[in-house]
Amino acid sequence: MSHLADHLAVLPILIPLAAGAILLLTGGRGSRSERGISLAAAAALLPVALLLLARTASGETLVYYLGDWPAPYGISLFVDRLSALMLMLGTVLGLGSLVYALAGDDRRGGFFHALFQFQLLGINGAFLTGDLFNLFVFFEILLIASYALQLHGGGKARVRAALHLVVLNLIGSSIFLIGIGALYAATGTLNLADLAVRVSQTGSDQAGLLRTGGLLLLAVFALKAALAPLGFWLPPAYGSAAAPVAALFAILTKVGVYAILRVHGLLFGPEAGPAASLAVPWLLPVGLGTIAVATLGLMASRDLQRLLSCLVVLSAGTLTLALGLDSRAATSAALYYLLNSTLVGGGLFLLAGLIAGERGAAAGRLDERRAVARPGLLGSLFFLGAVGVAGLPPLAGFAAKVYLLQSSLESPAAGWVFGFLLGSGLLVIVALSRAGTAIFWRTGDAPSDTAGTSPLPVLSASFLLLGTLALMIFARPATELTQAAATQLADRSAYIDAVLANRGVSTPASTGQVPNDW
Amino acid sequence: MLPLIVCVPFLGALILSFASRMPGAKPALTAGLFTALALALLVPRMPAVYEGAVLIDRHEWIPAIGLSLAFRLDGLGLLFAQLILVIGLLVDFYARYYLSAAEGGPRFYAYLLLFMGAMLGLVLSENLLQMLLFWELTSLSSFLLIGFRQREAEARQGARLALFVTGGGGLALLAAIILIGDLAGSYELTMVLAAGETLKASSRYPLILLLFLIGAATKSAQFPFHFWLPHAMAAPTPVSAYLHSATMVKAGIFLLGRFFPVLAGTELWFYAVSSIGLITLLLGAYFALLQNDLKGLLAYSTISHLGLITSLFGLGTPLGEIAAVFHLINHAVFKASLFMAAGIIDHESGSRDMRKLNGLYPYMPHTAVLAMVAAGAMAGVPLLNGFLSKEMFFGETLQIQWLREASWHWVFPWSATLAGVFAVAYSLRFIHDVFFNGEPKGLPKTPHEPPRWMKVPVELLVVLCVAIGTFPAWTVQRPLEAAAGAVLQAPLPEFSLAVWHGFNLALAMSLAALLGGAILYLTRNRLFALHARIPFRISGKAVTERLIAMTLDLGGRLDRRLDNRSLVRYSFLLLAVALALGVAGYWGQPLAGAVAPTALDTGTLLGGLLLAAGAIATAILHRQRFVAVLMLGLVGLATSLLFARFSAPDLALTQLLVEIVTVILVLLAMYFLPAATPAESSRTRRLRDAALGLAVGVGVATLTYAMLTRSRDSVSAFHLAESKPGGGGTNVVNVILVDFRGFDTLGELTVLGIAAVGILAMLAGLGLRGPRLDWLGRPWSGDRYPRVLVVVSRPLLPIALLVSAFLFLRGHNEPGGGFIAALVAGVALILQTIAQGGARAEAQFRGSALVLIPAGILVATLTGLGSWLLGYPFLTSSYAYVTLPLVGKFEVATAMLFDLGIYLGVVGTLLLILTGLGRLSPREENA
Amino acid sequence: MEALVSFLVGAMSASAVYLLLRARTFPVVLGLSLLGYAVNVFLFASGGLTPDQAPLVGHGMDRLPDPLPQALVLTAIVIGFGMTAFLVVLALRALGDLGDDGVDSEEPP
Repeated sequence: MSHLADHLAVLPILIPLAAGAILLLTGGRGSRSERGISLAAAAALLPVALLLLARTASGETLVYYLGDWPAPYGISLFVDRLSALMLMLGTVLGLGSLVYALAGDDRRGGFFHALFQFQLLGINGAFLTGDLFNLFVFFEILLIASYALQLHGGGKARVRAALHLVVLNLIGSSIFLIGIGALYAATGTLNLADLAVRVSQTGSDQAGLLRTGGLLLLAVFALKAALAPLGFWLPPAYGSAAAPVAALFAILTKVGVYAILRVHGLLFGPEAGPAASLAVPWLLPVGLGTIAVATLGLMASRDLQRLLSCLVVLSAGTLTLALGLDSRAATSAALYYLLNSTLVGGGLFLLAGLIAGERGAAAGRLDERRAVARPGLLGSLFFLGAVGVAGLPPLAGFAAKVYLLQSSLESPAAGWVFGFLLGSGLLVIVALSRAGTAIFWRTGDAPSDTAGTSPLPVLSASFLLLGTLALMIFARPATELTQAAATQLADRSAYIDAVLANRGVSTPASTGQVPNDW
Repeated sequence: MLPLIVCVPFLGALILSFASRMPGAKPALTAGLFTALALALLVPRMPAVYEGAVLIDRHEWIPAIGLSLAFRLDGLGLLFAQLILVIGLLVDFYARYYLSAAEGGPRFYAYLLLFMGAMLGLVLSENLLQMLLFWELTSLSSFLLIGFRQREAEARQGARLALFVTGGGGLALLAAIILIGDLAGSYELTMVLAAGETLKASSRYPLILLLFLIGAATKSAQFPFHFWLPHAMAAPTPVSAYLHSATMVKAGIFLLGRFFPVLAGTELWFYAVSSIGLITLLLGAYFALLQNDLKGLLAYSTISHLGLITSLFGLGTPLGEIAAVFHLINHAVFKASLFMAAGIIDHESGSRDMRKLNGLYPYMPHTAVLAMVAAGAMAGVPLLNGFLSKEMFFGETLQIQWLREASWHWVFPWSATLAGVFAVAYSLRFIHDVFFNGEPKGLPKTPHEPPRWMKVPVELLVVLCVAIGTFPAWTVQRPLEAAAGAVLQAPLPEFSLAVWHGFNLALAMSLAALLGGAILYLTRNRLFALHARIPFRISGKAVTERLIAMTLDLGGRLDRRLDNRSLVRYSFLLLAVALALGVAGYWGQPLAGAVAPTALDTGTLLGGLLLAAGAIATAILHRQRFVAVLMLGLVGLATSLLFARFSAPDLALTQLLVEIVTVILVLLAMYFLPAATPAESSRTRRLRDAALGLAVGVGVATLTYAMLTRSRDSVSAFHLAESKPGGGGTNVVNVILVDFRGFDTLGELTVLGIAAVGILAMLAGLGLRGPRLDWLGRPWSGDRYPRVLVVVSRPLLPIALLVSAFLFLRGHNEPGGGFIAALVAGVALILQTIAQGGARAEAQFRGSALVLIPAGILVATLTGLGSWLLGYPFLTSSYAYVTLPLVGKFEVATAMLFDLGIYLGVVGTLLLILTGLGRLSPREENA
Repeated sequence: MEALVSFLVGAMSASAVYLLLRARTFPVVLGLSLLGYAVNVFLFASGGLTPDQAPLVGHGMDRLPDPLPQALVLTAIVIGFGMTAFLVVLALRALGDLGDDGVDSEEPP
């Protein structure tokens, strides 16, 4: 009988998996019991993520060998500061979105809770896995769940968006497999750590396969992260999805960014021989391009939720830009920015749902004069979120922007970074002030009555939005954590040693000396 | 202690913002108390500062970016803090009488305190990033205050305009400060002040100065960013009096003072700053005279006076900088009182239009006197404070002309005088037009004196004007010296604040200004007529709004250009990008590797050709959908043969079965979809797509060949070696699936389950009308259960199930296993479904299917969890030997239990999907 | 052999890409299935080609094929099936909700 703590690393996967499976048995109509199970499962992730964060904070890394097969032969999970941080972020965001959905959105379609849990499963798996093909599998879980959630609630816009989402990502998955194939053909392994070793050792004979495989993976991750020119699918999808779904989706693009950081950071680092720093030269221009496209979309948006979707793309572009700077400081800044933008983005999506709900037929359209029922409350929340996402003081967005700008100073591209970040920043201010004044100041007819509305949506939205305040107040520990994570990320050999050291939960049982007593 | 002074107003704002219902004067009172408290905290620190002390209070906050909570109280900060708090107190008092009960709620005072706190933080900052933080906060709170009357379009536009201009300036300032901090190696002001020379020597100095000046100019409404200020007058008058005359617009000036030792003293600074100042000075003065709106006049005069102060900083001489600080004080005092007076007039007469407001003197003599004195100070009449600083300004402009030989420096004194002339003129207009000059014309209400207390703040300020103007040495000497010293960061030169300096050129300029002003005012109608003849009007607001509108419009159109909302384009981009990256990756590498190609045999060749033909045919014939599906099936078949040929029996089986299921699925769907694809895409489009297809094909083929002609050792050697001893099975592929990489398989099962559930959710409430004819033009048979199928499928089912059980059991050692077995069973059950028709089948299967999927997942998961009991990680397998008839001796591995989970899940999925589709069949609708 | 297999993968991919770029759901579905085959064969080929054997140990076979890619392809096939099924039904849903089987009918203003 082993201690549960030994299996900490696999819990973020098993909890939503089991919950999702059980929620398939309960009819999927959002009954009280389903809500209870779903909420319990989502909440249970919180202590797990906290524990993992605590365990890794000291620099310790957790490796979990599934099936007790030694790496690189089986599949191993890997937890370091970065994965723990991302897990935490996903858990918080998931909890917020779920609580919002409990107010009734979960009953607008079948099996919401099961799908929600499976979505979390995919996200957590992607953050934890240390195996390239297993990453593919978790991407597929994450995707198929997102397709179904995208359709949740039905309607023309969602169906159309989902159609595009599915087709594009199916193509993307094929590209992913080709990339995996090329890398396997060149190295004969799938374990990320082992890949890192072999990539740095393979001769020039395999260089073509390596580089092609790596760049194809980059294309796939760019699609997930909605980077230009592969990001056009996002605004219609996120712009039409149900509010809690869109809020949860706010982290999906970050999964793409994480994959770039993890896979390319580890496999194609500076010492990767013929494939050294494979992605770096592409990231900076792609980031700039994405920022530009997102800003254009921002200006074209006539609907609040669509506008927010463009902000999601903008943040992905900003992150890519930072990764393109390829410095420890920039990575740390990027991670801090990622935390803030994800939380605020999610919170704003929930808020947009609230606003649309209170504006009746006008929904989130900015060209219509329709008052919200609670202008004071929603207005101040919107102001908070807008300030947070626009990178204005006194919220974390400001610190993140400063951090990013500072980290770019050494780079020859500093001018571009300053220009694009500050320029898009100004246009974001314009767009948000227009949206805010249109919704809250240019009020038209009398607001509808809100008697008997559930407090959950406001609670969950403020929960996420206050995250940006917390990130500012506790900016010191937060930035210290991101710095530590960035440092750890840069130390590839540590990752490799940790995984290939084959420290199993138990003594290696790879030779079948397993008791046959059952 | 310093942080506390800054926190007090924020605290008040917080309290007020939570007090939703606060009756009568309570909000104003609360705000007043908090302001007074802050002031009370400040006063005890004044003597030390006047002695030249610099109080600094520093706490770590975000070392990563060099942002610390650091406050600094020196002469300059103290002066501003005093202005902010004292005038804030008066404005608060004034607003209590000015605002209606509806407007004067807690919200207004919360905003006011928010601004006050931000302003205090700004002027008391030691850390530059923290200063920037408060700087942007003033913009935000000003946005809220200008837009306070939300329902007025004026207010909304004014607020957005101000936020755009000052917010944009803030971004420029942010860039400047980051660059400064980078050069100085710290964001602490003390360090930065010491690093002045390094900065000026740096190659980045011009860029820094440019960004810095954009920041300062936008905030202090300097040319060419002055235009937002007049529109900010949409704010309630107390706000105008506070933010837009006395305090916030002085923030830019404050910045000039703060960074004077760091950035000033270069030619660039001199020309840039002084010219900005002079242009603004003249422009503001000129337009002030042209305004008909009282507040408009004051707004432009504010712009003009700010220009004066800026140009004084620009001159860069110590005396000029002293004069700047002095005029800054004076302007704050008289302009605040003037705004309040204007507010009273507006309040009591219902209008601000100087064409209606005439001869108010008899109605409100007391107010009139106050206004006259304040206006006198604005005009620079002797014995009033404005006169002194203005005279120093004149003196400095003359100094500059003598100091610098450049031929054209006469510009300074002359334009100074000219501006003086205009100042006198518009001050006269403010007085004469409003209080004399005939009778009031059609005012909404008959004007009268305001409530007694409403005048008190004005009176106090006016008294201050006179006191400073008459006894400067006793009143402002010390604060002025302290502030000026803090700006210079050097011992001050000798200067006297005497009222009388004897007859000198500066005095002459003053007198000339007074005289010229009087004349200009008398002949003003000529000027108006002249101005009216100017053919073009440039409104900064209009320009900016046009600019923003155009940018938005352009952005929208560009966005539409890039993103035509077409999946075809998205797919094209994705494939093209992937191709480009692939090519970039392989560029310049040799195609073939070391491994020699193996010989080709006829059978494989024929199979291959069949496959290729099928693939190409699918593409070419895709518009005849039925044919295309058959071709696709052919390709699938050939693929499975290919797998069989190259030693992958499990793959071959799986491929074959999946193929069957897929084809059935597609055929079911085709029943509803149009039978043919219309010829839509143009020839060029088809050629383009074919070209991309060809390119991708070549690319993938190249990559495949490159792979096939290279070899390396693989981890799978371990799998081959360990399959039997470690995994307890001889079919290595199956052992990998259920043991080595069972985690993948679990995930794959989950994907199937999610897909099934998603499909179920999609089918809910979907009604499709089926065609009367099939795709070969024959009518659909009304026959509910095709006899043949029923006959065939009945006996087939048990046999199939038996086969699948067999395949399952041997799977661990021979080709087979959970998936394949499940697919066999699935196919049989599907046949059954089709035979019996959707509804019946659904009744039979759907319920069970919905249980099978989670059951499968749970069985697999629990199997994996079982190993925890033995202290092993998730999914660790163990096994024992068992012998069965037919199957023979084999291992019962926990992996098989896992495989069973897979089996159940896959069967469930297949049933759910296909019964779901069956249910759609409209033939069931009439049943 | 190697050249033939490479050619087959290329041919399938080429046809698939052409189909993917058509503006109706049905050819897109065909294209994706075809692309699936191509990718599966590609992934399979990443382990090299071994004729006339089977990845079964203890059956006295001389050189066993690389079993790992086979396992991966098996997983990929099944996942691909799930995805295809989902897409097919989604196409029907689109047909029902949007009225036609086009892939990019304009979104509402």
